Amino acid sequence: MLSLTSPVETPYHRIPTPLKFAALALATLGLFLAPQLWVQALALAGVMALYAVGGRTFLAEGWRNLRPLMWLVVLLAGWHAITGAWASGALIILRMVTLVALATLVTMTTRLDDVIGLVTRLTRPLRPLGLKSGAVGLAVALVIRFTPVLTDKAEALRQAWRARSARRPGWRLLGPLLLAAVDDADHVAEALRARGGIPEGE
Amino acid sequence: MERSLVMVALFAALIAALGLIPPVTLGFGVPITAQSMGVMLAGCVLGARRGGLAALLFIALVALGLPLLAGGRGGLGVFASPTVGFVVGFPIAAFVTGLVMERLRSVAVFPAALLSALVGGVLALYVPGVLGLAFVLGKSVPEAVLLVAAFIPGDIAKAVIASALTVMLAQARPESLLSRG
Repeated sequence: MLSLTSPVETPYHRIPTPLKFAALALATLGLFLAPQLWVQALALAGVMALYAVGGRTFLAEGWRNLRPLMWLVVLLAGWHAITGAWASGALIILRMVTLVALATLVTMTTRLDDVIGLVTRLTRPLRPLGLKSGAVGLAVALVIRFTPVLTDKAEALRQAWRARSARRPGWRLLGPLLLAAVDDADHVAEALRARGGIPEGE
Repeated sequence: MERSLVMVALFAALIAALGLIPPVTLGFGVPITAQSMGVMLAGCVLGARRGGLAALLFIALVALGLPLLAGGRGGLGVFASPTVGFVVGFPIAAFVTGLVMERLRSVAVFPAALLSALVGGVLALYVPGVLGLAFVLGKSVPEAVLLVAAFIPGDIAKAVIASALTVMLAQARPESLLSRG
């Protein structure tokens, strides 16, 4: 559940991660510098073609990831229809959809390990400033582990409430959830200390 | 040291978990998510530095491609979308919340937390949020404010709940309130 990487194997999965990120940064900069409508339309068509290469399942998955953006497209279109600024509206909407779609494509075709690897490499020069890469890696792993634990706890609390009351729990469950989470954190911290503390990182 | 790191990671996870709660729709049709309440809590409970780090860790994981933002959004696309300012504003908001909380050590917990959450979690979040919206959409700042104004009452309600939760934690586990430690 905790990843946006697509299980559909595309040719983009094999492109080196730093290359993909550099290309994305360049494309983003380029589109912000181009005020011509036809450039933006061409770019969107290009990105859609890139998605199409991945096949039908991949395309559907991409659409699912981009759907939350659509209410904004509707809102923006409505806003520009009212103010009558058609050209600037089309430019803004096209650029927004293209950039978000392109960035989502990079995320969908890059494995989480590879991204973490890239981040570790990029943050290495910061080590003299006191950033322990071991601590960063551990913190990332802890968040990825804690998140489902917290949602499971919230679900258990919700079921316990529903077994006892017909009313909606609302925010009342957040108190016990917070307490349980803080107690968990204490146990994890003790367990870490017992096992030799935070790793130095290589 | 271990405890600090684990608490930072825990609050990053709490921000994520609160985003997974289905949004509540206000009377006039505006959906509000509990996610930014997690940011307020991080500041109120952990203080400026650790709270800011927790929110920073959270948005770093979003950038890495985990679908942790409310509505299951994540990945680099978030940083090209019009709401980029609100996401980037999370660490700023948590830091400012914690800063105010630490300054108000002599004030009772509830008023201190409420003021912190309002200044940090609402004001300090909407400044980058509105600027990001205005920049990405090419709008003027007043127009951008108009687009988000409907969300402000929900955020004020979240500040009240976050303060109530901070009071509860201060009573039940006073040693966990690192902002006053």
